[in-house]
Amino acid sequence: MTDAPVHPPIIVGAGPAGVRAAETLVAAGLRPLVIDEAARWGGQIYRQPPEGFQRPKRALYGFEAGKADALHRAMADILPAVDYRPRSLVWNVENSALDVARDGRSETVPFSHLILAPGATDRVLPFPGWTTPGVFTLGGSQVALKFQGCAVGSRVLFLGTGPLLYLVAYQYAKAGATVAGVLDTSGFADQARAVPGMLRDPATFAKGVYYVGWLRAHGVPVHSGVRPVRIEGADRVEALVWRRNGREQRTACDAVAFGLGLRPETQLADLAGCRFRFDAMDRAWVPERSAAGRTSVAGVYVAGDSAGIAGADAAEMAGERAALALLEDLGRPVDSTRAALLEQNLAASARFRRALTDAFPFPTDWAAAVPDDTPVCRCEEVSAGTLRKAARDGEAAEINRLKALTRVGMGRCQGRMCGAAAAEILSQALGTGPDAVGRLRGQPPVKPLPFSAGILDKEAAP
Amino acid sequence: MPLLQRVAETSRRAVPFVLDGRPCEALEGDTILTALLTNGEQLRRSEFSGQPRAGFCLMGACQDCWVRLEDGRRLRACSNFIEPGMHVVTGAQPGAQP
Repeated sequence: MTDAPVHPPIIVGAGPAGVRAAETLVAAGLRPLVIDEAARWGGQIYRQPPEGFQRPKRALYGFEAGKADALHRAMADILPAVDYRPRSLVWNVENSALDVARDGRSETVPFSHLILAPGATDRVLPFPGWTTPGVFTLGGSQVALKFQGCAVGSRVLFLGTGPLLYLVAYQYAKAGATVAGVLDTSGFADQARAVPGMLRDPATFAKGVYYVGWLRAHGVPVHSGVRPVRIEGADRVEALVWRRNGREQRTACDAVAFGLGLRPETQLADLAGCRFRFDAMDRAWVPERSAAGRTSVAGVYVAGDSAGIAGADAAEMAGERAALALLEDLGRPVDSTRAALLEQNLAASARFRRALTDAFPFPTDWAAAVPDDTPVCRCEEVSAGTLRKAARDGEAAEINRLKALTRVGMGRCQGRMCGAAAAEILSQALGTGPDAVGRLRGQPPVKPLPFSAGILDKEAAP
Repeated sequence: MPLLQRVAETSRRAVPFVLDGRPCEALEGDTILTALLTNGEQLRRSEFSGQPRAGFCLMGACQDCWVRLEDGRRLRACSNFIEPGMHVVTGAQPGAQP
C-alpha cells in the first residue's frame, strides 16, 4: 500500500459524477473533499428539495426515482468518510489550489488531485422578448417544480428542443399545471431519421415516445419545426408568436420554459490550465480528456456533463472512471476489468448521444435570422446588431476581441447565457464555423461573490 | 397576479417578510426568488434598459436574480432562502421604499 497523498483529493460538484467519484475514492480508503454549491447533494438532475418538503421521489423524479434515490443514498452512506462542503463556491483555480467561498468567507485549499464535475446549464439562443419576466430556462422551470413545488406560470408554453423539453412538459402537466403547448425547434424528419440510432437505448427511447404520446393524449398541442418570433407583453409574458412552415401563429401563455439542450460548465477546467478542443456535437469547447477522464494537466480530471454533454447515467459512470484513474495515478491497485467496462459503456452512451443530437439538432439558421435589436447578452444588454457590426467592420475576428469591443460575455454571468449565441453570430457574420472564432476565456471569480468585508481575507487551509 | 404558481408542498409553515415595504408571506424552504415571485411579478430592473427582470436559470448560472435587502446586502435570489423578517427591495413599484 502506498502512502496517503499529502492533500486529500478534491471533487467539485455533488451531482451524479461527483457522488460516484467520491464513493469510489472512499471505497479505496481515501477521504475526499467534496465541494458543492448546492445545500444538498444530487446535482441539478437529482436535486433534492429543502428539508421538510414532503413529495415522494416518485413524484419528483418520475421514471428516474430509483436512480435518484440510489444516488442520494450513496452519498448519505459515505458522508462520515468525506469532508463535505455544501453551499460552497469554487471561484478560482490557481497554483494547484482552489479558492472556495462559503458564508461570505474565502479559503484557499491546495490540491494534488482534482476531479471537476460542475455539470451543465441550459443552452439558450436569444429571441425578441426573451428577457421578459415569465421566460425561464427549461432546466430552471424544472427546478421551480421539483425544488420549490411551483410552476413558473399558470399557463406554461414549452419551447426549444431535446428530450428534457417533453419530460418537463409532462412533469408540469402531471403536477396539475396548465401546459399551453410544446414547440420543438427540431423537425419531424430529424426525429424520424434518428430513430435507428436512438434504438441503441430502447428504454430511454421508449420513455421519450411515452411523454410525447401522453401529452398529445391529454390535449396538449405538440408542434415540431417551430421558430420563436417574439414574446408579446411588456412587463410580463402574455403570448408567444411563433412560425412554422412560413406561417405565424400565436399562443397565449404567461410563462415560457425555453432550452436548446445543455452547455457544459468549463470555467474551472480552463483556470486549471486544461487544454480544450471544439466538440462538434456539443457545438462548444470542452476540456480534452482521455476515455478515463484525465485532462492535459496531470492530477486534474473531468467527469459528467461539464466534460461534454452525455447525461446523468453517463455522468455516474464517468465519475467512477475518473476516480479510478485518480487512484491509478496515486499508484493504488484498481479493478481494471471494472475500468474497462465503464469505458465500454461510456462509449456506447456517446453513440446514443450522437443519435439524440441528430433527433434534436442545433438550429443553425438562428444566427442569420435573429433581429438586430434583440439583446444577446442579458447582463450588459448587448444586441445582436452590435455584435454583427463589430464583426462586419473587421474589428473582431475572435470571441475575446468581440468581448473587449462590445462587452458581450463580460457581465455577471461571464457568457454562460450569451457565449454560444455570440460565437454563432460572430462566425455567421465572418462566414466561418463556430469552431473558428475561439472561446471565451474563464476569469476568476467564475461567479460573482457576495460582497462582504472578509471575502478577500484568505485563510489557508490547515 | 404573481408570476410563480404553487402546485405542491403548500402545507409548510408561513414565513413573514417585507417586499418593497409591503408585509408578505412566504413558506419555509422558499428561496428568495420563490418568495418574491409568488407575491409579485419581478425581482429587479435592469441597470441599462430599466426593463423588469424576474430571474431566468434558477440554478445560479445566469446571475439575473440578484436582489437587494434593506440592510444593503445583495443576494442571488434563486440560491438563498427567505428568512423571517427579511426586507427585500426590488425597486419594482414606483412608490417603493428605498
